[in-house]
Amino acid sequence: MTTTTAETERAELRRVGGWRAVAGKEVADHLLSGRFVVLMGVLGIATAAAVFAASGGIRDVAPNAQGITALFLKLFTVTVDPVPFPLIVFVGFLAPLLGIMFGFDAVSGERSQGTLPRLLSQPIHRDEVILGKFVAGLTVVAIMLTALVLFVSGIGIFRLGVVPSPTEISRLAVWLVFAIIYVGFWQALATLSSVLARRASTSAMIPIGVWLVLTLFGSFLFGAVAGVLSPRDGSQAAEIAYQRTNQAVSQLSPVTLFQQGSSVLLDPEVRTVGLVTLEQVDRAIVSELNLTQSLAVVWPQIAILVAMTSVMFALAYIAFMRDEVRA
Amino acid sequence: MSTTIRSKGLTKAYGEHTVVDRLDLEIEAGEVFGLLGPNGAGKTTTILMLLGLVQPTNGTIKVLGLDPRRNPLEVKRHVGYLPDAVGFYDSMTGRQNLRFTARLNGLDDFEGQIESLLDLVGLADAADQAAGEYSRGMKQRLGVADALVKGPSVLILDEPTTAIDPEGVIEMLALIQRLAKEEGVTVLLASHLLHQVQAVCDRVAIFVDGKVVAQGTPHDLAAVEETAKVRVEFRLGGDPSKARDLLNSMPNVSDVEAGRVPGSWVAGLEAGSLPTAVSGLVSRGADVIGVHRLDEDLETIYRRYFEVREEVSP
Repeated sequence: MTTTTAETERAELRRVGGWRAVAGKEVADHLLSGRFVVLMGVLGIATAAAVFAASGGIRDVAPNAQGITALFLKLFTVTVDPVPFPLIVFVGFLAPLLGIMFGFDAVSGERSQGTLPRLLSQPIHRDEVILGKFVAGLTVVAIMLTALVLFVSGIGIFRLGVVPSPTEISRLAVWLVFAIIYVGFWQALATLSSVLARRASTSAMIPIGVWLVLTLFGSFLFGAVAGVLSPRDGSQAAEIAYQRTNQAVSQLSPVTLFQQGSSVLLDPEVRTVGLVTLEQVDRAIVSELNLTQSLAVVWPQIAILVAMTSVMFALAYIAFMRDEVRA
Repeated sequence: MSTTIRSKGLTKAYGEHTVVDRLDLEIEAGEVFGLLGPNGAGKTTTILMLLGLVQPTNGTIKVLGLDPRRNPLEVKRHVGYLPDAVGFYDSMTGRQNLRFTARLNGLDDFEGQIESLLDLVGLADAADQAAGEYSRGMKQRLGVADALVKGPSVLILDEPTTAIDPEGVIEMLALIQRLAKEEGVTVLLASHLLHQVQAVCDRVAIFVDGKVVAQGTPHDLAAVEETAKVRVEFRLGGDPSKARDLLNSMPNVSDVEAGRVPGSWVAGLEAGSLPTAVSGLVSRGADVIGVHRLDEDLETIYRRYFEVREEVSP
């Protein structure tokens, strides 16, 4: 009986290491892969362009911007010609690609290389494979996004001559975690697709399709759905109902959730993501929220996004556990 | 401890389709056991069930006294597996692939072990080359090293020789035998290649459509073979109809039919009567151009085996 206990304990000890071995290999794979270099390059160029434009715009108005405390964060939220979007919109648009690229061949790649039976015949639990891969992908994503934020901050300090305040740094840190969770959703979706699709090309197409539809045609799509659910007849009440429905429907999309969350987290002047009527803002005093208050505003967005990411990973996990080893 | 792998009534069905049908296996420690059957006979499914990677529909399995369904990790810790069409991470070198396997097994000090395994399978020179550049045969040899990294007491090899050149096959078979005899490793070898299985296995089970149709030492199975009929292709010159009549008139020759090319005839012969038949044909003035036994492929042997079974069983 004692040997059995010892055996089990040893097994338990080794078990802890299984997903780490998988994750360690995957992180090394990702960092050495061509796609890492390409993605880092694309993100770097897009960010640099956005930040240079934004910082130029901020410099122009800086002399009359005495009262603005969170000047530094404007780097992320301000848009100036000729760059069409502020940085957070860029991240919202491009970051899903990171998740998709590090997730789409998680299982289908093992299958096409013929390594899956060999991997699963090692003394590790099956869930350690998918967990290790997910953690590895997200680690690399975290490294990239952190590097991106530091890069932007560096340019910002250099161009604006403004050092971020502790509040701004903590806002950025919270936003970074939020962005990683957002990318996690896309990575989980891509991982699920890689379990279901037999070929790597197919498994890349599914999440890329979802990504394109939600980012490019999202607003059109949600507007159409909202129009069916609560039709507009020209009256103010109907219009408000329509806008409310539209808002609710669009919050089913992680893209919307991320944009709303980001705009509040990175801009202390944004007080709501919901519908505001003119009466409500009339004579409202412009004041800044502190981080806790901002978090309170976007708590629903954060919670829903975390839930969506968890559910998506759970689906990928279940699909993988039920998957037949034989192709 | 004498029985290493034991299955009773092992069955796997996908819907209506039964892939493995009430399989009883008993493999002794230190023996080389051959699972011989055509592709699609259920060999790989059986192996995956032994490893706990596929859940059986019915029946029991014990590997090293453990139930792979209840305790797959402990089974996999002691069983080395070389899958059919084994693959490696293309961007990693052969050595890095083996290191990864060692880490997954929770091993600490594995560099020396890996070095000697690479040496053993003859890949020491290619060890630091990307596995993507390996030929199929090299991958298969790396696969054997990979299965041995954990220092297994049971080795399961699924079609280990398919992509290896003839010389490599001889080396591989010698290696398998050495592992069994010197290291006391129990080997389960699944293959559709009769001669290779015959050459190394202590015992063989012939596995067709999910069922074991014969089990025993190669010698026993060969004895069954001897009583069977042999299909022989004769190539005879001269007038075709005359040649056919001549064949039909021979004793021990039956079922004469036209072969694939003009002038060739396929006939059934009693085993061992081939020399008599040929000398008989020659003495009767037949122009014998060629004689070819058609029993080289496994299918013919299976068919022959079934004919015998039908004759024996009432």
